Amino acid sequence: MSHLPILPVLIPFLTAGLLLATHGMRTAARRAVSSASLVALVVVSLLLLSEASDGIIRVYRLGNWPGPFGIVLVADRLAALMVTLTAMLAAAGLLPALSGTDNQGRHFHVFFHLQIAGLNGAFLTGDLFNLFVFFEILLLASYALLAHGGGLPRTSAGLAYVVLNLVGSALFLIALGLTYGTLGTLNMADLALVLPKVASGDQALVRTTVALLAAVFVLKAALLPLGFWLPHVYTAATIPVAVLFVIMTKVGIYALLRVSTIGFVTAPFTADLLQPWLAWLAIGTIAFGSLGALAATRLSVVVANIVMISSGTLLLGIAAGSMTGHAAMLYYLVNTTVVTAGFFLLADRVSRQRGAATDVFEKGPRMAAVFATGGAYLILAMAASGVPPLSGFLGKIMVMQSLQETSTAVGAWTALLLSGFVVALVLARAASTFFWEPGRADQEAPTREPILKASSNAASTETALIGMIGCALVITLGAAPISAYTRATAGQLAQPAAYVDAVLGDSSEIGRERRP
Amino acid sequence: MEFLVSAAIGLLTASGLYLILRPTTFSVVLGLTLLSYAVNALIFVGGRLGASAPPLILPGTSGHADPLPQALVLTAIVIGFGMTAYLVALALKAKGESGSDHVDAGEER
Repeated sequence: MSHLPILPVLIPFLTAGLLLATHGMRTAARRAVSSASLVALVVVSLLLLSEASDGIIRVYRLGNWPGPFGIVLVADRLAALMVTLTAMLAAAGLLPALSGTDNQGRHFHVFFHLQIAGLNGAFLTGDLFNLFVFFEILLLASYALLAHGGGLPRTSAGLAYVVLNLVGSALFLIALGLTYGTLGTLNMADLALVLPKVASGDQALVRTTVALLAAVFVLKAALLPLGFWLPHVYTAATIPVAVLFVIMTKVGIYALLRVSTIGFVTAPFTADLLQPWLAWLAIGTIAFGSLGALAATRLSVVVANIVMISSGTLLLGIAAGSMTGHAAMLYYLVNTTVVTAGFFLLADRVSRQRGAATDVFEKGPRMAAVFATGGAYLILAMAASGVPPLSGFLGKIMVMQSLQETSTAVGAWTALLLSGFVVALVLARAASTFFWEPGRADQEAPTREPILKASSNAASTETALIGMIGCALVITLGAAPISAYTRATAGQLAQPAAYVDAVLGDSSEIGRERRP
Repeated sequence: MEFLVSAAIGLLTASGLYLILRPTTFSVVLGLTLLSYAVNALIFVGGRLGASAPPLILPGTSGHADPLPQALVLTAIVIGFGMTAYLVALALKAKGESGSDHVDAGEER
């Protein structure tokens, strides 16, 4: 058994422990350890991705206990893709932190690595209760990271975020308790075997349980009635944290995709659970995000609303429920994660160059490197709003094509096209304020306190920004291999039997005591 | 007994939800605590109610208690406790910075 699947969890976890134990270490040494660990993580994730691309589902059994009793990590194509995306995003988040924001509070690097450990664990685990535990690890780290840097806006946003997620965790636990009570297992592969055998009297309860699980996941994914927290939280965080948080909504989307493809589809009474409502709520989320972007008065708020729009778009892909839908949505996921992360970095750059005017849409001092910033802005704005020829356009077209056959196609197409138009409009309006209406250099500083604390030394932020733009271009130019990979991933998801076989193997026949 | 336990869990959940919807952070913390009690009790009875089931499998016994919910509930208690402690610390910080116990004290108006 290869130990590769556990390394993406183990490396950041041990790093966090090490950084905590050697707290007295000098800043330079702490940064070196943190960066070295991240480099190792990137290498390991790429290795995992290249291994997983052969289509074999690798199962790591902790303590070598046979499933369904032991705890398993499952590295299939989807998990490897998400782990790689996390590693890239973590690199883009850590670089700007190295320029100074990591010293605005204590233990930044510890929490950063704990959050990565939680994220990777959530992507790799094959067990619902462990999914909960890894969710808690990443949430606890995110609470601390959100408060990093201090100040009342962050504390206030953090308070609402923590309470909301604690209620979400309580719901998750209720769902888990009911799942175990009714089905007698929490192993995802075992769930697929047990669900079709539920007695007709228990089906209503199981359906409710599964619906609760879905509710928890869409809360993390910021689906409409549960998504109002997102713009508030993302704009309150420091830039490195906001960049890493971009993947947080994707955890909810990943979990919903995983559980629905393995568990829900196997039994007729849960297979149609998402159909009636998910697509319409996703359309609502896109509409809400577009309105939020229109109403925003600063660039970072616009970007937070773009994250929300992309959440809606991704959930449309899940709601389609087809293989093409999943493939399209996964390509769009890679694209939107990279682009929105890059946009947060760009908002930081803009706000750094405009001094006291920060990234608010008002006249400010003329930017020093107006062409470089403008060029980066143009590329990212095109990719974010879905203007051809960049990856955002390709992703959106794929999602729209996959929705063609569904009953909500008209609504979904309208929402996607209109939201693209609105985002392009808002970003163009912002650009004309930023780049074409510079005020005098000695302009009076506005009294508003900047929410985004601009980083002092910017070289590493620039590197991260260039890296993200490079990634966006690679996703565009490499659209063929990447979409081939996501198609293969969707194909793997469409065959839950292979997953069940890999996890349970021969042990699926082990006799279990009938529960009363 | 089933009705008693389920009614108690329901009552705890309802009281917890009511308190979470109150506007001061102190009641929200209390509400979350009640909610987590309800959740823990729910997970625990997921292993079925029984008064005299043996906890260990011994030769000659049958119908032992399910050990898994006990392990799950232990994890849930620890996590819930840690989260509540963090929330209390954060609420105190918010009160110190804004001077008010209101949940929206730091909002821009």
